Amino acid sequence: MHILYLIFVDPFVQMAGAPDLLVQTLWEGLVGGVLYALIALGFVLIFKASGVFNFAQGIMMVFAALTLVGLYEKGVPAWLALILAIGIMYLLALAVERVVLRPLVNQPDIMLFMATFGLTYLLIGLGEFVFGGNPKEMPVAALGLPKGSLDFKILGGLVSLQKIDIAAAVIASAMVAGLALFFQHTRIGRALRAVADDHQAALSVGISLNQIWVIVWFTAGIVALATGIMWGARSDVSFALQVISLKALPVLILGGFTSVPGAIVGGLIIGIGEKLGEFYWGPLVGGGIESWLAYVLALAFLLFKPEGLFGEKIIERI
Amino acid sequence: MFYREVGQFKTSYAADQAIFPIRQDRIGLALILLVAFVAIPLLGGEFLIASVMIPFLILALAAIGLNILIGYTGLISLGTAAFMGVGAYACYKLSTLFPQVNILVWILTSGFIACAVGVVFGLPSLRIKGFYLAIATLAAQFFLQWCFGRVGWLYNYNPSGAIEVPGHSLFGVAVTGPSATPVTRYYVVLCIVVAMTWIASNLVHGRIGRNWMAVRDMDIAAQLMGIRLLPAKLLAFAVSSFYAGVAGALMVFIWLGAAEPEAFNINLSFLLLFMVIIGGLGSLLGSFFGAALIHILPIIVRAAPNALGLSVGSATVEHLTYVITGALIIFFLIVEPHGLARLWQIGKQKLRAWPFPY
Amino acid sequence: MRTLNKAALALIATTALTASALPAAAEDSIFVPLFTYRTGPFAGSGISIADGMHDYLSMLNERDGGIGGVKIAVEECETGYDTKKGLECYEAVKPKHPVMVNPWSTGITLSLIPKASVDKTPILSMAYGLSASAMGDIFPWVFNPPDTYWDGMSMILKYIAAQEGGGMEKLKGKKIGYIYLDAGFGKEPLPFLEQLQKDYGFETKLYPVAPAEMQNQAAQWLNVRRDRPDYMVMYGWGALQPTAIKEAVKINYPMEKFLSIWWPSEEDAKGAGEGATGFKTLNWHAATANFPVIADIQKHVADKGKSQAPKAEIGTVLYNRGVYNSMLIAEAIRTAQKITGKKVVDGEDVRRGLEGLNVDAARLKELGMDGFAGPIKLTCADHNGHRPTFIQRFDGTKYVKVSDWIEPLNDKVEPLLQADAKAYAEKNPSWPKRTEACDSKP
Repeated sequence: MHILYLIFVDPFVQMAGAPDLLVQTLWEGLVGGVLYALIALGFVLIFKASGVFNFAQGIMMVFAALTLVGLYEKGVPAWLALILAIGIMYLLALAVERVVLRPLVNQPDIMLFMATFGLTYLLIGLGEFVFGGNPKEMPVAALGLPKGSLDFKILGGLVSLQKIDIAAAVIASAMVAGLALFFQHTRIGRALRAVADDHQAALSVGISLNQIWVIVWFTAGIVALATGIMWGARSDVSFALQVISLKALPVLILGGFTSVPGAIVGGLIIGIGEKLGEFYWGPLVGGGIESWLAYVLALAFLLFKPEGLFGEKIIERI
Repeated sequence: MFYREVGQFKTSYAADQAIFPIRQDRIGLALILLVAFVAIPLLGGEFLIASVMIPFLILALAAIGLNILIGYTGLISLGTAAFMGVGAYACYKLSTLFPQVNILVWILTSGFIACAVGVVFGLPSLRIKGFYLAIATLAAQFFLQWCFGRVGWLYNYNPSGAIEVPGHSLFGVAVTGPSATPVTRYYVVLCIVVAMTWIASNLVHGRIGRNWMAVRDMDIAAQLMGIRLLPAKLLAFAVSSFYAGVAGALMVFIWLGAAEPEAFNINLSFLLLFMVIIGGLGSLLGSFFGAALIHILPIIVRAAPNALGLSVGSATVEHLTYVITGALIIFFLIVEPHGLARLWQIGKQKLRAWPFPY
Repeated sequence: MRTLNKAALALIATTALTASALPAAAEDSIFVPLFTYRTGPFAGSGISIADGMHDYLSMLNERDGGIGGVKIAVEECETGYDTKKGLECYEAVKPKHPVMVNPWSTGITLSLIPKASVDKTPILSMAYGLSASAMGDIFPWVFNPPDTYWDGMSMILKYIAAQEGGGMEKLKGKKIGYIYLDAGFGKEPLPFLEQLQKDYGFETKLYPVAPAEMQNQAAQWLNVRRDRPDYMVMYGWGALQPTAIKEAVKINYPMEKFLSIWWPSEEDAKGAGEGATGFKTLNWHAATANFPVIADIQKHVADKGKSQAPKAEIGTVLYNRGVYNSMLIAEAIRTAQKITGKKVVDGEDVRRGLEGLNVDAARLKELGMDGFAGPIKLTCADHNGHRPTFIQRFDGTKYVKVSDWIEPLNDKVEPLLQADAKAYAEKNPSWPKRTEACDSKP
């Protein structure tokens, strides 16, 4: 009986008892969720346009942020480093299209998936070789990002919002809005959607697949850079970040591989769910459940809806 | 010229259905076994046996398990390392609870425990497919790894939180623990791997294997043809986890000697996936090729600067190992997307026609 | 396949052969492999240590021509903090007869401990590894000076009690939060904490951080905010530490009450800005460059471009820790030379050298380490020393010593060590009884 009480009643009593902590937890979950959503967004963009399940999205995030910080530490001004980092992400997109995607076109999905594994190894080695393996500090101030926190004395306690987290949420929303506009209203955006719908049909109306792939990988690279900056500012830029990027995978399950809104909603659900779970239910089993909670949540969800929240309905034909 | 089967007549169905119908293949296999059982222990140094061959064989065994799942049944799994962990922890628990029992019995029994856990995590595979399933198996990976660290009973409440392998002997010869010589440990691993490869090859060439492959190629079509999907898929998960579990138990007991939960982290799962795909999906031989490439290649890259007399910092070598491994994965995928096993097939065909290709 | 297989085998065989043939040329040198990790998730901590270890030994080679006239052959092997690679490193260096190994990872140490007595290679796991290996009677080949993690915990608690204005009884009713890496290393103090909280009546709150979640600690620190522990104790490593310090600053945790075991570096605290001022860690050696020994390293190694360390890194906490580790290596070899009268010593000699290790204040002065660290003496029974440590406080740019030397609670640590060592031997029915003779008469 006591166990049931601890599981089903006590956490809610705690929530009601300290609403400020609840709000704080929700906020932390929201910010974490936004960052997961951004990583997932990169996955979705690439999956839609080229059918590649891009495992390298996580390392692209680390690599982009590392390039930025590495250049900054070598004495390049922050704004220039940012531009150069974007430039390097473009070169990366070009290289990936030329060296990886083009020769592997029309191969089974799992081969392309595998190739992005290779890319991950390559980027880890290259990144450490050029910039060294030690964690680096994100030059928050030099990039013009805010520091410090906003403290609200509400709900009988204190809710403290980090300015950098607010900035992360704002930038993420702006980015998503920008991408949505780009997809809806530009020529390239329409071409992108056409490719996502049907490669063959898109080719036949004269859309260059190769060009689209470069653009998509470049866009994913920019999203990766933004994510890297935000997460790097919260802790440090190091290769350990790559493991966190795996959290985007349950987000993808939840949201569906092909849905941009799905990635965002899924990210928020996972982010908030795991923080609430860890904070209110984690202590029951000794804590640390955050490492698997997201996956189990996603798995449970999948059993009921195998194609995700907004994913395309899977129709199987013989 | 080398692979001409001209003149090899088959007079019975059994001969025609043999796994190695061509005489040259049989001779080749015999030679390989001869090298593995006689030449390597006799001529190989300690490093070759302990750090190259033992890990290679253990990883190959786990790769065979994963290949049964991915290559033969078409179910992608990213949780192999966790199932290896289940085998390792089960073996540790069993062998510390009943130390007098033969350790080989426990290594095989722990395979069955891994098998049971695998079936539980395989249940969703009926509804979930493709990459969705891959991510679902990540739940197994992270949840089980958490359990290894959190459930004190599993590691006998050691303050170090790790499992440490006690010494065991077999017929008076130490097989685990520090006093076991690399050659003894090598023979134990080799015998188990050879036996289990033989069993796997019989499985995949028989009715069960055909079922799996039908499911892989299109599960709905397979269902319409009267294959019951749930038993077929669960059996694949069970057999695969059994192989992974035995490999995990061998890894800790024969290779590492002690292990923390981190030994079974996601990177190991990924490495095994590399091996299976680079080696060749749906090929047992490919599992060996893949394990050889992924495990032995970095060792050679690391040893190369030393052997060539160059002095390169150890960290730089490690970075280069990453770059070279990554580049090679992409290279092999481009050159031959169906893996090293297919390359071998092509090579065989070339050899058959040589020197007059047509 | 035959040809392919043979070619592969031949390739491996040749590389293995050439790799093992190389050091044979340098017969009159002492081979000291250094297991380091300049890559992987823990590289942030590993690089400075690797540089410190490497540079001290190279300095001895440059300045004195080695130890006792014998050059030290130093070779780094990259482990990436990965047990499997560590074992591979061990197998790779084994044919070259190392006089000792420094695994620099608890996981690798645990795998190597049983091998040490068989391969006659002592293990020096300096203030990490298996705490119980302090018991020389049961682990004659393993050394973990100058302190175990249990000693560390006892000293932190003692310091907290002193802050509260008295002896250990002042801990009564206090709430102490413990944030740790959820792996062997972080979990080791748990039984000790359990014991002490019974003895002294304080309460502990546990905040485990999974290795994969090191940079994602928001939930743990929210828990800290809810539980409001009076003090926070951290056993972290790699990226866990800077993230924890940042999160602590974020929730406005009083930094003066945030203490850590000896692993955080300056860089770990710097990331959090001024907020990190007041953060405290345990240490047993200096964290500055104002010592003759560091000056010698500058002169003989760094200025000649033979060091991988950037200038700013020399003299930092973890660099100096590497130097201290190498000092122990060198002194053990020197002691071994003295005991055996041989110049080129082997693993068995160095094991005796470690047991006879006695670096007193006079010797430290000779080494140019006057005031760098306290004296240390190991015996056959005590492979640890249980040396006192001090608390250092982060002042915004560097660590400053703020306390006197604190002695560990030996009466609490000793019985646990003994019980644990005994349990280890009992769980391994074939664990060898100590047969190695003892040089220093008690």
